Amino acid sequence: MAKIGQAFLIRYGEIALKGQNRSEFESALERHIRFALRDMEGSSTWKAHGRFYVEGVPEEHSAEAIERLSKLPGVVSVSPALKAENRIQDIKDACIRAVSAAAGNLREGTVTGEVVTGARDELTVRRKPTFKIDVRRSDKRFPLTSPELNQELGAAVLRAVRGIAVDVHNPDIWLKVEVRDVGTFVYWQEVPGPGGLPLGVSGKGILLLSGGIDSPVAGYLAIKRGVSIDALHFWSFPITGERARDKVVEICKILRNYNPFLNLYIAPFTKIQTAILEKCPERFRVTVMRRMMMRVASRLAEKQHALAIFTGENLGQVASQTLESLRVIEDASAYPVIRPLICFDKQETVKLAKEIGTYETSCLPYEDCCTVFVPKHPVTKPKLDQVLEAEKDLDIPGLVAECVDGIEKFPIDES
Amino acid sequence: MNERAGTGAPHGGLAAGGEDRLVYMDNSSTTRPAPEVVEAMRKVLEEDFGNPSSLHRLGTASSRIVRNARKSVASLIGADETEIVFTSGGTEANNWAIFGTLRSLGDRSTHIVTSTVEHPSIMATVEYLRDSGYDVTLVPVDGEGFVDPEKVLKSVRKDTALVSIMLVQNEIGTVEPCREIGRLLSSLGPRRPRFHVDAVQGFGRLDIDVKKWGIDLLSMSAHKIHGPKGVGALYVRRGLRMGPLIFGGGQEAGLRSGTENVPGIAGMGAACEMWGKDRVEVLGRLAVLRKKLIEGVREAWPEAVLHGPESANVAPYIVHFSFPGFRGESILHALEKRGVFVSTGSACSSHKAKPSPIILALGRSEEEALSAIRFSMSRYTTEEEVAITVEALKESLKELLPWRESRR
Repeated sequence: MAKIGQAFLIRYGEIALKGQNRSEFESALERHIRFALRDMEGSSTWKAHGRFYVEGVPEEHSAEAIERLSKLPGVVSVSPALKAENRIQDIKDACIRAVSAAAGNLREGTVTGEVVTGARDELTVRRKPTFKIDVRRSDKRFPLTSPELNQELGAAVLRAVRGIAVDVHNPDIWLKVEVRDVGTFVYWQEVPGPGGLPLGVSGKGILLLSGGIDSPVAGYLAIKRGVSIDALHFWSFPITGERARDKVVEICKILRNYNPFLNLYIAPFTKIQTAILEKCPERFRVTVMRRMMMRVASRLAEKQHALAIFTGENLGQVASQTLESLRVIEDASAYPVIRPLICFDKQETVKLAKEIGTYETSCLPYEDCCTVFVPKHPVTKPKLDQVLEAEKDLDIPGLVAECVDGIEKFPIDES
Repeated sequence: MNERAGTGAPHGGLAAGGEDRLVYMDNSSTTRPAPEVVEAMRKVLEEDFGNPSSLHRLGTASSRIVRNARKSVASLIGADETEIVFTSGGTEANNWAIFGTLRSLGDRSTHIVTSTVEHPSIMATVEYLRDSGYDVTLVPVDGEGFVDPEKVLKSVRKDTALVSIMLVQNEIGTVEPCREIGRLLSSLGPRRPRFHVDAVQGFGRLDIDVKKWGIDLLSMSAHKIHGPKGVGALYVRRGLRMGPLIFGGGQEAGLRSGTENVPGIAGMGAACEMWGKDRVEVLGRLAVLRKKLIEGVREAWPEAVLHGPESANVAPYIVHFSFPGFRGESILHALEKRGVFVSTGSACSSHKAKPSPIILALGRSEEEALSAIRFSMSRYTTEEEVAITVEALKESLKELLPWRESRR
């Protein structure tokens, strides 16, 4: 049997378009790939032809490697591939092995959840699985031309794999064969990645993380666009208990799949809320509370050299999320407030939350129980001068300073 | 900004008010195992680890330990040791009492009588049975949580298979008139339904006599009386036909298969022995503490509403108050911050807190059901701890005052 190794092809999209930043973006992505595979001994990463290639991942870690690589911001897709030397017999063997494996997967239905290039959504297994081979020969030293090689390989697969047929128009298995100078890559799967930009190339942001459905999705979208996110949670102990906080920790664990460097900051918020309850008109409670959050977040952003504040706010979802309200809230922030979900419908947010895996955790009970805090008739279209009047009795600098001093960087891994 | 090292104490970090003392007032949830219980279990785990079914010396030693524990359990309820079957706890005992009864009786016994304030292990079981075609009568309770024995008797029909009434209501401490119910049921003669008592919250502490009270089945749990979790028992009156819930190697006289949880059983035995020695004395002390706690709470917050009986026919270790306008969960956490651990009858889910069904069953308002706090004491509770609890409650309510809903 010929020597056939395993490799991963990692495609990235937009980075290639980014002109002068390109090399910076590429080296960022390369660092993140290496970091994602840091515990997989023997793996090596290199760049060629506008892609990254990873080789040497131990076979037993293959699924985990795909899982991790396909979550890296900036990655458009990942293909697990077989790598053969540029000899006709080796390439044939690789194709036979690939088609056998793919056909086996189809029969067992194990390809669900992955995009199989050219595969149909539903496969009738009683019919013979079909395949097609596409050869790209970029190593022109190779003796056969692409069409010649195509024919040779197709014939070899048909001879060797039982119960298989050719379909060049709509195959179940669309096998790609790329003959490169370093070797030949054979693959048939493309696992989609998040796309976007490599983590950190857009700078740092502070995410207001509540534990609800929206804010984790907003964080994910920011991470996807290259923002290195740190999360800030406002905790109202003893109004809510440790489980409310633990829930946020769980969400941060999931977000760490996309940003392994994410930190969680917990701000003690009860004192500010109590002051608002005591000193502000009921209708303005939520608006004033959001403004206080912005002030605290701005101070954290300054300390952490962040460039913006991200929230899960969405236009008109609740009364406090009118444009008037958002404008008044943003007025208290020293940094741009970015709301990735601003024009999302709830269903779109829920769908994305399910895809990134935060939905179930967000739906756990122990929500921040603000039943007491939310007034029966909140102001929906606050004006800035009204709000300034409403918060005039608060010792804003004192309350903010005390809250900021109480912020704790909370461990995510060991809890 | 503080770097937080590790997770620390459960109430450490932000929550810590610099308090070292812990006052555990949640003993109806579970208790701290007694030192003699821990020792009995350690001995089994380290030394007498044999399987009671084994024929060799190690097996014999284990089977002796199980037998002794069985005697200790039986002696607390006036039963014979052969009538005690060990289970995985109170929930299994309750499930089995119901399912085992229905399986061993004929198709004509399809009616169950129970009360509106039973534990979820009874409620969920009868709800399942109701959905499966059985008929269930829930006898209501009065404002203090008492079931009327006459009403129970009136609910009994020809097709009644089982009457199941708890001994002590787990949230509010009401001691149900099980003796009277047993007497009335006995008067029905040989065709009477079976009488099951869920005694989990009273076992070991209150006076129970299964023979005199006409009880056929009685559920018990170890971890409410300073024994270990994961072990309990069902009393099955001699001569009662009862099918197993768990099938297998025929342990526990064929009624509850599976290798015996010997460490747990040894622990339960040790706990029972401990209670057998000083039960009456401990209860007397607890009754004094309960009175003090009630007085203290009323002084701390005059608007507080006591649920359950004031002093007679109530478990002297359970005190249950509502603090209208406050959220029970917030009081719990505010007390936790001060080192006092209690429980609420209600759970906060999503944005909406769920009121305790027990408090609603007493005919109380949703506001009261949402603001309920249960203080539950143990044999280790001291007068000082009661005073600390009252002081912590005062401070907590003061802290939470701006959050009170009636301000809206």
